[in-house]
Amino acid sequence: MSSTPAAQDHFVAPFSADVSFDELPDAPPTQRYRPTIVGWIGITITAFWVIVAVFGPWLAPYAENDLPFPDAYEEFQVPQAGAWLGTDVEDRDVLSRIMFGAGRTLGISFAATLLAYFTGVVLGIGAAISGPKVDMTLSRVNDAFLSLPTIMLGLVVVAAVGSSIPVLILTAGLIYATVVFRLARAIGMEIMVSDFVEAAKVRGEGRWWIITREIWPNARMPLITDFGLRLIYVILFISSLSFLGLGVQPPQADWGSMVRENLGALQYGDSIFAIVAPALAIATLTVSINLIVDDVSAHGGGKLAKRM
Amino acid sequence: MWSLILKRIGIGLITVVAVSLIIFIGTKILPGDAAQIRLGQNATPENVAAFRERLGLDQPLYIQYLSWLWDFVRGDLGHSLASDVPITNLIADRYLNTVYVSVLTAAIGVPVSLALGIMAAMFPGSLYDRVLTFVSVSLVAAPEFFTATLLVLIFVFSLGIGNAVVVGSAEGKGLFQLIAHFALPIATLSFVIASQLIRMSRAAVLNVMSSPYIEMAILKGVPRRRIILRHALLNAIGPIVNVVALNLAYLVTGVIVVEVYFGYPGLATLIVQGVQTRDFILIQGLGMIFCLTYVILMLIADIAAFASNPRLRHPK
Repeated sequence: MSSTPAAQDHFVAPFSADVSFDELPDAPPTQRYRPTIVGWIGITITAFWVIVAVFGPWLAPYAENDLPFPDAYEEFQVPQAGAWLGTDVEDRDVLSRIMFGAGRTLGISFAATLLAYFTGVVLGIGAAISGPKVDMTLSRVNDAFLSLPTIMLGLVVVAAVGSSIPVLILTAGLIYATVVFRLARAIGMEIMVSDFVEAAKVRGEGRWWIITREIWPNARMPLITDFGLRLIYVILFISSLSFLGLGVQPPQADWGSMVRENLGALQYGDSIFAIVAPALAIATLTVSINLIVDDVSAHGGGKLAKRM
Repeated sequence: MWSLILKRIGIGLITVVAVSLIIFIGTKILPGDAAQIRLGQNATPENVAAFRERLGLDQPLYIQYLSWLWDFVRGDLGHSLASDVPITNLIADRYLNTVYVSVLTAAIGVPVSLALGIMAAMFPGSLYDRVLTFVSVSLVAAPEFFTATLLVLIFVFSLGIGNAVVVGSAEGKGLFQLIAHFALPIATLSFVIASQLIRMSRAAVLNVMSSPYIEMAILKGVPRRRIILRHALLNAIGPIVNVVALNLAYLVTGVIVVEVYFGYPGLATLIVQGVQTRDFILIQGLGMIFCLTYVILMLIADIAAFASNPRLRHPK
């Protein structure tokens, strides 16, 4: 869509923040999110894990693959002074490995979710504002990928090119981009046919202006809530791959692969802290993000949610 | 209605073809080819060439694809690259374990969680409802191996019931023995799908409860129990069946993690092995089986959704 001459009369660079149009209505009032108690619990735990993820390697009592008790080598030692969460299958400190793994699990998942969002939103909004041909092609290809179980796609990719951190990020990012694509497209479509976009088009605004000033502010909230949900799924996906031995490779620590390495403890049963700790770490992280997402979307004004 | 179902099945078939293409191409971009992998690094070029011919790898790609697809339709999945055993034999040894666990989970987990969810919708805001909602919100985001660990901690380590790994064969066991044999895997998967099902069935019923005709029934003085069971539930069936099918489709992936966790042989552990040994003929065959199951369940979900909703059946 090209700008009509009328629009160029009062053309202003779309990026400057202090632009105001007298004839345009103000942006809708932005609602401030006030967390409930459940929301605060979620935020606290998530923040805790983010701090561990960022500073873990400096705070950890031992290096990733160091033995806390090199003189008394014994696998699956119970928690004690010097190894507060016990030791694992190779007598390494579980606590230190959790702290090293935090950065890897969270970092990979966050990077993959960002990639999924970037790809999905760009293509989805693109499909929404382009003609039916582009939209059809993109949507059909997307549907084909969406109709596969995610873990299968992951398995095929890992089998084909092997597992490494960049491969994991790319795979998870592109797999979950399909879901984001659908959401972004649906939101984009809905907004495209709304009156205020119609008005902007009639006014003769350019495509970029419509995306940044009309569509984005309206698509922002649902997309941000969904980002949290998607992050949960990506964390679970990456952890599951690692748990199957196809994600982060040993001796690098990652929460999913830690559970796998120490599965042997189930048979011996003297100390299964080496399994419980990483599994609990993933669960607390994903559940707390879920609590935030629930809290934000309940706040977003679903009447049903309020009654619940 | 029938034309819609046929149309949906048509789309399903196209999806299957697309899926087979994705799997085929995905396993084709392997560095090195099947013959080289099978024969190892020390094989002479002549041997590799001969083996390539046997596998049909000298043919153009589309012929390879078509003959692979045709073989799959006839039930011939080819020979494993790692062990040279027919893949159908490998599957025959193991598929029952996977089928038992998925079917028993569906048979036990689904009705129980639907009943729990609908009961929560009957008493919204009650203590029962809140506890159930909190538990399901917590479990819905937790990984399968966390739920499994929790169950092992509670049952095996605290109460001393059962074994933390599934040992022995399921052969020749009666129904109750089977349930006991696979108790922990079934329980784990049931918990995972339950958290979804409880939330969705509760939401589906409550959603119908806020419609005008229910208000009418309330004003008429129909008892609450009767409103839910006779008025609301019938209209909530569509979304509920949809959610059930989606969750059964999820079992396709959930079962992989559970099999590895409890260490018993099944189709899922077979495909993981295939990935580790880069046995891509195995991955192709099993991948197709898993994806087909998934696509079929999705298809049922879609058909159920519009079969139960007259408004979707007769689009304006």
